[in-house]
Amino acid sequence: MEKTNISATVFRYQPGQDTKHRWQTFKLAVDPEYTILDVLNEIHWHHDGTLAYRRSCRSSICGSCAMKVNGRNVLACETPIHQFGSKLKIEPLPGFEIIKDLVVDLEDFFEKLKRIKPYLIVDQPLPDHEFRQSPAELEQIGESTLCILCAACTSSCPSLWANADYLGPAALLKAYRFVFDSRDDGTDDRLDIINDRNGIWRCHTIFNCMEACPKKIKITEYLSRLKVKVVEKSI
Amino acid sequence: MKPEEAKNFHRLDAVIIGAGLAGLRAALEIGRNGHEVAVISKVYPTRSHSGAAQGGIAAALANTSDDSIEKHLFDTIKGSDYLADQDIAKFFVEESIKTIYEYEHMGVPFSRTADGLINQRPFGGHSAPRACFAQDITGHVLLHTLYEQCVKHNVLFFSEFQVLSLPIENDICRGAVAWDIRHGGLHIFHAKAVLLATGGYGRAWKVTSNAHANTGDGVAMVLEAGLPLEDMEFVQFHPTGLYKHGILLSEAARGEGAYILNDKGERFMKTYAAEKMELAPRDVVSRAEQTEINEGRGIGGKDYVFLDLRHLGQQKILERLPQIYELALNYLKVDAVKEAVPIQPTAHYSMGGIPANIKTEVIKDAKGTVIRGLYTAGEASCLSLHGGNRLGTNSLQDASTFGRVAGKEISNYISQTLLAPLPKDPLAVASGKISRLQSGDVKERHAVLRDRLQENMTKYLGVFRTEADMVKMRGIILELQDRYKQVRIDDRGTVFNLDLIEALELENLLNFSLVIVEGAIARQESRGAHFRIDFPKRDDGKWLKHTLAWLKDGKVILDHTKSVVIFPEYQPQERKY
Repeated sequence: MEKTNISATVFRYQPGQDTKHRWQTFKLAVDPEYTILDVLNEIHWHHDGTLAYRRSCRSSICGSCAMKVNGRNVLACETPIHQFGSKLKIEPLPGFEIIKDLVVDLEDFFEKLKRIKPYLIVDQPLPDHEFRQSPAELEQIGESTLCILCAACTSSCPSLWANADYLGPAALLKAYRFVFDSRDDGTDDRLDIINDRNGIWRCHTIFNCMEACPKKIKITEYLSRLKVKVVEKSI
Repeated sequence: MKPEEAKNFHRLDAVIIGAGLAGLRAALEIGRNGHEVAVISKVYPTRSHSGAAQGGIAAALANTSDDSIEKHLFDTIKGSDYLADQDIAKFFVEESIKTIYEYEHMGVPFSRTADGLINQRPFGGHSAPRACFAQDITGHVLLHTLYEQCVKHNVLFFSEFQVLSLPIENDICRGAVAWDIRHGGLHIFHAKAVLLATGGYGRAWKVTSNAHANTGDGVAMVLEAGLPLEDMEFVQFHPTGLYKHGILLSEAARGEGAYILNDKGERFMKTYAAEKMELAPRDVVSRAEQTEINEGRGIGGKDYVFLDLRHLGQQKILERLPQIYELALNYLKVDAVKEAVPIQPTAHYSMGGIPANIKTEVIKDAKGTVIRGLYTAGEASCLSLHGGNRLGTNSLQDASTFGRVAGKEISNYISQTLLAPLPKDPLAVASGKISRLQSGDVKERHAVLRDRLQENMTKYLGVFRTEADMVKMRGIILELQDRYKQVRIDDRGTVFNLDLIEALELENLLNFSLVIVEGAIARQESRGAHFRIDFPKRDDGKWLKHTLAWLKDGKVILDHTKSVVIFPEYQPQERKY
């Protein structure tokens, strides 16, 4: 197949060697059907083995390879290079500490998730079979369960850039997923947790999270419904 | 210095290696029982490849039509081409219904019937709609739910750790040695019990549905520890891999009614499985596709056929199969509502793996001698539930059910046993490998060697096999093993050294690939996913038995004395669909 020439400018930071980050440009002739991940693999495998990035499933479901490409947060594996023309600028997700090159520190991201009690809380006795849940009840949470915890949304949120302690859209979306689950008994608890100075009220409906979400989840809308729940509880 | 004095030393009741469904389900069980358990995983738990499973998880709930565990049992045995151990299969179907209700009670958002029951859809080789599903993201929601439950029960996670060796002495496993990917440095995990839940080995092929992480690290460590693997020649090729990428497009598409078409627009499955058509088991459909392609009836004479969803209509496609729709659109720019999707067989599931008994204890010979403290579950294991060919939706059920079994068995074992001491210098093997890869000039690149392995495995050890091809493949692996000695890496650092991990993985790929090819050469018959053009018939007289394979001094030693457990009521019959 005819190859296409691209220039990929990649954010580099090698701990122990670099005192600050630098940019490195790779000129490559690649298959025009390549994805961003294919480009990174090409660099890492055949040009510079020191390049570090996360990847696993290659099929937009594991959430490992979220990064910023030409100004947008995307999953590298599902993003074809032809969207961007011949010049690529590839950087780590903004808003997180850099570990190395495109690899960011996600410990805080996962810790925040744990704060909202991210699991079904059931006080009633368990039935012998399944809980009944109507398709309409499931519909309430269906889209939110698509979240792959890639962190693209949280990383894109200006409120989080301004205040690192903000729970962020991914953790709040997980709160939504349980608060609106017809089987869950933990609503009061969770609403108290998110009704906090670093909780739901730091969402200023900027919509960056929705634009960044590779699963096209209507995050801002769900967070707004959570706000209504919090208000309803307090009156 | 004694290992206990090292900074990176952890003493635990149990260590789970791998954070997919099997590993997390086991960890949850052990954590709930109040034991100290840690999950070690090369990726964050929610990144595990169980999450890529799409179509469903099998259980005869009979929510949408008549069904029974007896039917599920027979379908599984027939699907396995009679190589499944029937005691394992019987236990599996009996436990599977409970597994689903447990998941539902943990909060899994299963798709529902109008009455609010868990919905079920048809799947290949199953005689009733038995696949419980959540749209086409079933594995994803199961994985996330188990992770959530592990958080609830304070399971300890060591994410982004690569396990490198198992200290086993006198048939007792004493823990694991792992490399901290994020910070660098070796860690010793000293534990009473270890579960290998490291998943499959599909990354040995170029065209594969498997994640980058699926390099069979667990099976390779078992080989390195001098223990055998079972039935490694049985590798499932999934018929609906996205063309060129190999990415999975779920069988759920066919479960919902999609067609597979050749260049003439024919539903060619009528020639190969007139009754079940597109819902024949995967080995049958993949062979049919490959035959069409080989005989020039691929699309435009090329190496692919079409998966056609168009007649399902936009609403059904977007409601039931949204991920498939997005994948086709993003990767091939194909709008599945309006166009047929190019597909080809893709390496998908490892039926073979680490031999274990019904309690998930790892065994070391055909007699079933147990390695104490070492367990295995999920795709890494070979119990053998799936025999020569696994049915779709049985894998999520396998990982979940036997993950729970492993958790129970490990909980019992650690309550009754004392911690066995570590062998002398447990870090020696791992540190030797790492320092070699980081010293001296780069004479061979791991990526170059891996490309050559994967391309040739797809070419010579695919859907159809011949002795001549496989002998070529064996020669290539031996050549690559020799060249591997010269592999050095660019990255001489310690923090997030992807170069190092990939070089270590390559050694694993090469070692178990040699076992696969030797097992496949020896098995002179066609059964399930192992099809020999030179021996096209199943040969129950000679080959109704399992393969055990050891790697000793670089040579594969085979043993074919492990018999298959067959019940009188399920004697082998001709397998037709």
